[in-house]
Amino acid sequence: MNIVVPIKQVPDLVEELEIDGSGKDLNREWLKYKVNEFDDHALEEALLYKEANGGTVTAIVLDSDGIDKVLHTAAAKGADKVVKITGDFGDSVSSHTAGKAMADAIQSLGFDIVMTGVQAVDDRDGQLAGIIANHLNTPNINVVTGVTKDGDNLVVQKEYGGGVVAEFEVATPVVVGVQAARETPRYIPVAKIRKASRGINIEEIAGSMDGSAGSDVSRMFKPEGGQGAEMLGDDAEAAAAKIIEILKEKGIK
Amino acid sequence: MSSIYVIVEHFKGSVEDITFEMLGKAKELGDVTAVLIGNKALASDLGAAAKVITVDAPELSEFNPEAYLKTVNEVVSNGDADMVMVGNTSMGMDIAAGLSVAQNIPLVAYASQMQADSVTSQLYGGKVNVESAVSGKCVVSVLPGSFPADAGRADGAPAVEEMAAPDFSGVKVKFRKLIEPEGGDVDITTQDVLVSAGRGIQSDENIPLVEELAAKLGGAVSCSRPIVDNKWLGKTRQVGKSGLKVKPKLYLTLGISGAPEHIEGMKEADLIIAVNTDPNAPIFDYAHYGCTADLFDLIPALSSKL
Repeated sequence: MNIVVPIKQVPDLVEELEIDGSGKDLNREWLKYKVNEFDDHALEEALLYKEANGGTVTAIVLDSDGIDKVLHTAAAKGADKVVKITGDFGDSVSSHTAGKAMADAIQSLGFDIVMTGVQAVDDRDGQLAGIIANHLNTPNINVVTGVTKDGDNLVVQKEYGGGVVAEFEVATPVVVGVQAARETPRYIPVAKIRKASRGINIEEIAGSMDGSAGSDVSRMFKPEGGQGAEMLGDDAEAAAAKIIEILKEKGIK
Repeated sequence: MSSIYVIVEHFKGSVEDITFEMLGKAKELGDVTAVLIGNKALASDLGAAAKVITVDAPELSEFNPEAYLKTVNEVVSNGDADMVMVGNTSMGMDIAAGLSVAQNIPLVAYASQMQADSVTSQLYGGKVNVESAVSGKCVVSVLPGSFPADAGRADGAPAVEEMAAPDFSGVKVKFRKLIEPEGGDVDITTQDVLVSAGRGIQSDENIPLVEELAAKLGGAVSCSRPIVDNKWLGKTRQVGKSGLKVKPKLYLTLGISGAPEHIEGMKEADLIIAVNTDPNAPIFDYAHYGCTADLFDLIPALSSKL
């Protein structure tokens, strides 16, 4: 089984997000990026599958600043091959453009399973898995919490609301959007990532640029606060005293 | 008027709220056709639509990502939709992006506000809204909880049109079974007090702190999704989109930022008190009271007073 794992970076939401002068994008100058956490789960699920059943795991990314480290980390975790799709995609590439470039590259690599994160905080024009799957002409299952093997087929668990899980059986090839891996994504010390960066060759594939079926951003803005909370400040003792008062008032304590 | 197709979501014989939310909104924007796949008996619940298209087949009796997408694609290909509305839900995610590519039409996801010519998406964990211009045929996936469901519940007798199912011979996905959540744990949907832990709790070693506080308040511990994904607490404790919907008397959040998926599950709570060091965390838009103290200072301060 060849498992290909598309990974992307997203703005770290711990940082304050600012909107740029155009009013249509984030001010990305000082933005900190991190790996989309769902992609981290997708990689973990791919590695778990490989460890149980054999096969290879290939991590694939679109070229952007600092992306090599993402590939080195994937290699340190156990990816057999790491691939970078080159091209001028920019930091605010649409899901449709990214998905088409990913699908073309994955097609050229050959694959049985594509596992990627179910969503990302910035995928305005849709989740990547469904876009990739349709370009590859394969079935697509999302919100997946486990992929295991049963004979020649895969058993895919998909989460519904309220904790109910649906189980599907599917023959490969298939594209899944992973919500959570069966295990917590493994942690890799920096030293091991550094070691991996010396031992692995990043394969490059020239990317296709096709943004068809995209849609245009007309405006970006911070949500209005709504009613908003009455703020009790940042002093723990004082806030705790007020909270107790409120609870008493409401008859909760 | 533009023609809007609403893809009906149903589960265990009932139409889901997201469908009524979409029907209500769609009625404001155009002529509404509900697309009901796999259970035509539910057409009578869709009075808000002018027309209902039903498609039934043995392969559609349970939700099947591949068969449903194929069916929706066929309905849209044969119809006159200007806009197709799909829930940004577990089932909807298997349809929206694939439909957009198959039809070669734009998709705007995470929609929380809609007008005739623009759709606003809630992105970046609810921290930034992004407005997209829409003109021509498109797909919109709607965040549950964005519009009032009651607006889409209406009596009426929409015209029902039965469509033949597409050929499913090439479909490779087979539904096997539903797995219900394990019982035996605390039922967080019946608790009066929930103390809810989020990513800010940092480590599973800190969960006992939250449990202790919950016990002192006479309630139980719940949490946001990352806590369950990291296996720090069980699935039965998760509040939100893929977890449970709760409405306690007190919902006290510790280190939860308030992503839309979480808000969906708790915004109806009687009293929401949020603790998060980030003053811009979206949770404060929904909480009644907020506090930016460090939760590791606040927990002992609260505990000592209880």
